[in-house]
Amino acid sequence: MTELVEPAAAQRWCDRCGEPADTGAHAACQAARELEPPRYCTHCRRRMKVQVVPTGWSAVCVEHGESRG
Amino acid sequence: MPEILDQARTQVLDNGVGLDEAGVLAVLNLPDEHLPAALQLAHEVRMRWCGPEVEVEGIVSLKTGGCPEDCHFCSQSGLFTSPVRSVWLDIPALVEAAKQTAATGATEFCIVAAVRGPDARLMKQMREGVAAIKAEVDIQVAASLGMLTKEQVDELVEMGVHRYNHNLETCRSYFPNVVTTHSWEERWETLKMVRESGMEVCCGGILGLGESVEQRAEFAAQLAELDPHEVPLNFLNPRPGTPLGDRPVVEGKDALRAIAAFRLAMPRTILRYAGGREITLGDLGTRDGLLGGINAVIVGNYLTTLGRPATDDLKLLDDLKMPMKALSATL
Repeated sequence: MTELVEPAAAQRWCDRCGEPADTGAHAACQAARELEPPRYCTHCRRRMKVQVVPTGWSAVCVEHGESRG
Repeated sequence: MPEILDQARTQVLDNGVGLDEAGVLAVLNLPDEHLPAALQLAHEVRMRWCGPEVEVEGIVSLKTGGCPEDCHFCSQSGLFTSPVRSVWLDIPALVEAAKQTAATGATEFCIVAAVRGPDARLMKQMREGVAAIKAEVDIQVAASLGMLTKEQVDELVEMGVHRYNHNLETCRSYFPNVVTTHSWEERWETLKMVRESGMEVCCGGILGLGESVEQRAEFAAQLAELDPHEVPLNFLNPRPGTPLGDRPVVEGKDALRAIAAFRLAMPRTILRYAGGREITLGDLGTRDGLLGGINAVIVGNYLTTLGRPATDDLKLLDDLKMPMKALSATL
């Protein structure tokens, strides 16, 4: 995965379930992310606009910009 | 050898006549020890009536999310608390996706929209998008835009869309448990119009929605009655926030039994691996399905989830000495 947005020092939110990244179990989220694009911005928890194409994906947070994979 | 497989060898392999609902049910109920024989027979049927070629396809979502329908498996319904947001793909990105798909050697590119049926804006986007793809990319264009009017069917034909996907999703008796905002019969009506228009009919569904084994057999029989050119076979990938989000995935052996059974019901159709195979079958099961009746794959990503890299599937086809169908063979 190629992230165009520089990750913050600490990712506050899980990009799959949108819950706090430092509490709860996110192992299942991490496993699921192998076959899913991110849905939540890890910086602000906003739901992102995600476009999946045959060879990749892009996810846009209105506040924190675009990431791609 | 179970009696049903002996019967299928004569009826389906030798004579090309698919199993009926009772026969499909018997295959779906085969004990595990007879699964390899069922897959082997289904493979022989596929090779005899379809040949060794595998049709490769890529799909892309032109309009994602915000759908007014309530298909209980779908993360794109606007009626559930799914994290999927509404987004449109622009024409340059659509053409680029078609180019990426063609670069894999695929002959099919299916444009999909999460809608009840297309409105004027979507039809305009389709008209421009299909024209742009045809101007730049050597690939057959298919579409999946929900329920159509006769006028929309004719318009798609005029655009040069050669195949239309509209899944029945599940059997008639179980459909109301999966969708309440429209009926199975409404979908059937669109499929009839597509067939009459001369476009190829692509119609399949999803296994693992909570249907019984008997209902899986009912579904195969109903698809056989429709006699589609292509049947995409999906396995439920439970999506967070949907009513079926907590359902278990289909057991690998049940998925393989279904592949064999659907092939024995429809010896001549293009039976395509679609969504969910990665979590239901994994790498080994994917190979088993290709040696058990499957003769088409969706490569790369799906609409809202990711698939195996196309290169993995293409290498598998190469290992299995299964040639990809050439574009010239589809025209």
